Parts: sequence; structure tokens; C-alpha cells
Amino acid sequence: MDILITGILLGATYSLIAMGLTLQYGVARIMNLANGEMLVTGAFGAFWVFTAHKISPYASAVFVVPSAFVINWLIYRYLMRPLVRRARSRGMLEVDSILATFGLAFAFVGIMLLIFGGGYFTYSYLDVSFPLFGSPFGLNRVVACLISIVICGLLYWGLNGTRTGMAIRAVAVDPGAAGLVAIDVPRLSTFAFALGGAVTAAGGIILSTFLTMDASIGIVFTMKALIIVIMGGVGDVRGAIIASLILGLAETAVATLIDPGMTVAAAYLLFVLILLFRPEGLFGRRQS
Amino acid sequence: MIRRTALKAAIAAVIAGTLAMGVAHAADPIKIGAVAPKTGPLAAGAAITHWPNIQLWKHQVNERGGLKMKDGTRRLVEIIEYDDRTNPGETIKAVQRLATQDKVDFILAPYGSGLNLAAAPIYAKYGYPQITSTSITDKNAELTKRYPGIFFTLGTTTALANSVAEILAKLRADGKIGNKVAMVNVADAFGIELAEVARPIFKEAGLEIVYDKSYPLGTQDLSPIVKGAKASNPDAFVAWSYPPDTFGLTAQSKIVGLDVKAYYTAVATAFPMYAAKFGKSVNGNLGAGGVNHDTPEMKAYYAAHLKVTGKPADSWASPVMYATLQVLEQAIEAVGTDRKAVTDYVKKATFKTVMGPWKFTNQSIHDFWTVGQWQNGVFNGVSSTGLPGAKPVITKTGW
Repeated sequence: MDILITGILLGATYSLIAMGLTLQYGVARIMNLANGEMLVTGAFGAFWVFTAHKISPYASAVFVVPSAFVINWLIYRYLMRPLVRRARSRGMLEVDSILATFGLAFAFVGIMLLIFGGGYFTYSYLDVSFPLFGSPFGLNRVVACLISIVICGLLYWGLNGTRTGMAIRAVAVDPGAAGLVAIDVPRLSTFAFALGGAVTAAGGIILSTFLTMDASIGIVFTMKALIIVIMGGVGDVRGAIIASLILGLAETAVATLIDPGMTVAAAYLLFVLILLFRPEGLFGRRQS
Repeated sequence: MIRRTALKAAIAAVIAGTLAMGVAHAADPIKIGAVAPKTGPLAAGAAITHWPNIQLWKHQVNERGGLKMKDGTRRLVEIIEYDDRTNPGETIKAVQRLATQDKVDFILAPYGSGLNLAAAPIYAKYGYPQITSTSITDKNAELTKRYPGIFFTLGTTTALANSVAEILAKLRADGKIGNKVAMVNVADAFGIELAEVARPIFKEAGLEIVYDKSYPLGTQDLSPIVKGAKASNPDAFVAWSYPPDTFGLTAQSKIVGLDVKAYYTAVATAFPMYAAKFGKSVNGNLGAGGVNHDTPEMKAYYAAHLKVTGKPADSWASPVMYATLQVLEQAIEAVGTDRKAVTDYVKKATFKTVMGPWKFTNQSIHDFWTVGQWQNGVFNGVSSTGLPGAKPVITKTGW
């Protein structure tokens, strides 16, 4: 039972990390290697609000999330769209976007270093014990799980229950065909990329309540998000959620029952197994 | 006649001018290179312990008018900084560049054991003294023989583990705790080394290790480990940990209510932000390092550090790093900028530093702090290999 709850809490944490990249890679087709840096930027925003103004870090979402949306909109519009226009195939776009966002990641790290310095950022918020079924859990992690459920729920409803969501899913399936049925592909891709960035920054705010961050830690989150997105199937929000939960449960089970030192090995083993038997990911579509 | 006089006057003017120019340019700044992480995994540690000290030292030296050379002239200090991105290959490249392109007079030692060890051959090749301050290794004897210009000041792995065992054994002998220890370590070079060294030492001290696990660097959820440790009913908890997991383990231990009377996390316990984050909960927490905060020199150092850099210094390697800068300063003022002369001088002389009088024996300082403890908001040194001013260990009483 303990493993189940801890695993779910960890899975919720992971889904926050991966959700933004799912949208950016699945819909806008941009393999955004600067994803982790956007998460850290969100975290820094929360840190600044909490330590300088003493209000709840969750309140920082009010200006961090829209700012992240705008920044990512601008990044796609001016940095990525030229790449999209001249890419002759999906593979070429992936390579171009990997290179471009790789450089962007370094730029972001440099900017954060200038503004915030290189040290660690950590604070204590809701660092109290919250008993669930008799076991103590961190209240900040429980709240993170609940917020993650809300965000994922909203995204799922948005993508599957609204017209815009359907258009976004169409772009994820086949941008060419979507263009033929009067869907404004460039505008929707920009929207999806910006939304992905905003979700990632929101994830950063929530993670900052219980993780220690510094300007250089973004790459760790990018790698985790990458595994989850590919495991879950590119472009599918359900896939990312399920993959995060499976990963969280697997890592917790291994840490508790076998050895905490095996968690990374277990995570990558799971990754390899899923790709061996289902290369398109859990919910992905085979490339036609 | 007039032409000859004019010629003589012109020559005199030229000579006078050259002399004047010569005098004005005599006080060239001393160029000192500094290569350490500003980005990458160790950047945050370097931002607390390494870079601020350099900033402080340069400010203090240049405010005085510069280093006072043997012939009475004063020379300002100029620091050329490079970011090695926590990548040993970059450290080596930067050292090479400082030596061959920037042609600096001295190069400050890099940050951290790994980067120092990686760069040692190239320091030796170009003949630069390498006065390390954040390098801990058991291989001091072997390394000082191989590299005649390397100096160690922060201590050895075995000494650190030994002191922890001694403290726990003494608490047990005094009847304050039992003998069961839960031990975890981060699966990175330093953590693994400490755990391996600690196991036989703990056993010899009569302590029983009831939980012994390692976790990968960067683990985001440490609750399975802390819960596992709690389930083994330990009397003491020892974690050979790095900064992010030191914070994570402490947070989890507080949430889970790991009630031990001796709680130790290794690196970063000495950082001011550790106490800032957890507040009164950390009273009684033990950690690697420690400082004697009571000497007037130490008090002046901490005050100056905060004033000049805006950041508080840590209670372990910060004053040690500053002391190595004082060593370099006093050596240059004594024998000039010849690197061989400075290296020989550092090996022989006694220096007046913020850590007290320093005399290197076999290129190492053998008196260093090993364990510190948070006592009423101050991280005091409680165990050392021979330094004065150790405070008595207190038992931890809850979170």
C-alpha cells in the first residue's frame, strides 16, 4: 500500500515533467531539449516569489504560467517556424529542432546564471507530514499529485472534448492532412508549443516545493521527460500519464523491495522492454 | 653648434621619457588564472565555496594597493576566470590555455576532488603550484610524490569516516545511544568511497550497520530509503550524501519522523542554506566539516565575506579555500612570482591564515575539521584531527 501511494505520488511528479514535452513533440513536432530549462525557470519564479514576497509559491503561477506561454509562443514563432518551413521531412525537422533547442538550452542556462547565480535554490513549503492510510507523506508531494491530476485532467478534457483539442490531435496525427481540412496548422502548432511550455513551467513551480534546483539541473528533467514521452507514445497525453505512473510505481517498488541503487537501471530496463515490444510507445501510432 | 645642442636635448628628452614610462609601467598586475564550474553538476557548490572567496580575496588585496613585492613595489592582482562546466576535459583545456595563451603567473586550483586530480598532470607539466582546498582523497602520499607542486588542505576520506565512527562510539559509551546504525550513500565517487571506508571502521568501533543501501545521484524521491532506514530501528543515521540529496534526505527524515539521536548527512550540511531551509529542525544535525567560529580572525573573515560578496560563507571549505589564497599571497610577497620559488617556499614556510598557523608537511595540512554540528544556529566543528576549539557533541532531540 505504501509502495502504491508513494509510486503514484512519484508518477504524478513525473507526469508534470513530461506533459509539456508531449505537447511540444507530439503536436508541434519539436524535440525541445530546452524543456528542462523551462521547468527550472518556472521553479526559479516560484522560489523568488516565495522568498522575496512570502506568499505561496503556487500564487507565482499567476504570472509565471502566462509569461512562459508568451515566451514559448515567441520561441516557436521566430526560432522554430523557419525550421518547420524549410524541413522537407519529419526526420529533418527533428534533427534541426534538436540542434536548435540544444543551443537554446545553453542560452537559457546562461541567462539564469546571470540573473540568479549558480547556487542552489531550495525552500521549505508544506514540508509537513500528511498521513495517508497510516503512513506519513510529505504534504507538498500530495498537493503536487492533486494539482497534477487537475492539470492532466484539464489537458485531457481540452484535447478530447473541445473542437480546438480535436484540431490539435489532428495536427499530431498528420499535419499535411490536417491542413487539407482547413485547420490552421501553423497557428495551432504555435499554440501547442506555447501551451506545452506553460505546462512545463507550472510543473516547475510545483516541483520547486520539494526539490532542490540550480541553474544547471534542467538536463536531468529533460532526460526524464524524454523517456516518458517516448515510452508513452509521442503526442498522446494519456500515454504520458500512464507511462509516468508506471515509471513511478516501478521505481518505488524497486527501491523498496530490491535496492534503491537499482532504480535508474530499472527505469531504463523498462524503457528498453517497452520499445522492444512496442516501438511506437504504449499509446503511439506506427509511422505510416 | 645649435644642432648638436638640440640633438643632445632631444636624446636627453627621449631617455627621460623612456625612464618615466618605465617607472609608470613597473607595477604590472599579477595575472592569476581561476578555472572552476559555473555551470554543470558542481556549479552550485562552487558558487558557495569557490568563486566568492576569489572575489573577496581580490577585492581585499587590490583595496590595499596590491601585493607588496620584495623590492617594495605594489602589484595589483588580476583574475582571469574560466568555466570548466564540471567537465575534467574542459578543466584541462582551460589550464592549458591559461598557461600557454594567457601566460598567467599562477593558476588557482580547481574545485572538487575529481577536477583537481584530472588537472594535476598539466599543472605539473607547466610547473604551476596547485594548492587545493576542496580536494579530499586517501591517496595524498602517492599524489604528492608524483606531483611535486600539489598541496592538500581539506583532509582525507578515512579521517572523515573515522571521526563519525568515533563520535557514535563515544555517544554509545556514554549511554546516550545504542549501537545500531542505518547507513546510506550516494552512488557517486565520493559517497561510494566514504561508505567503503566506513564499513570496516564502524564494525571495529562496535557499531552494527542495520541498513546499508546506496541510491543514484539525482534521485527525486528518497522516501523509500528513509522509510526503509526507519523500519530497521536505528539509533543513528549516517548518509554519505551530496548537496541535493542531503536536502532531500533531511526533508524526508523530518516528514517520516526518523527519531534518532545522531543524524549525519555529509556534504552541504555546512551550507548556510541548510539551516535556512529547515530552521530549528536541524539542531543537532551532524555533517562533514566544521569551523571554529570563535577566533577573531574567523569572525572577521565571515563578516568580510558577507559584506564583499553578499553571500554567507559555508562552515567547512570556505575558510580553508580562503586560507590557500592567503598562502599564495604570503608566498608571492616573500619570494616573488617565480613559480618554482613559490612552490619551494610553500613547502617549507609557516603561514598565518584564517585557519590558524599553517605548515605543510609532505605537501599536506594534517590538522583539519572532520565533523561539525548545528548547535543553536551555528555549525560548529565538533571533531578534528588536532585543531583547537572543538565543541562538545549534543544529541539530537526530534525534528
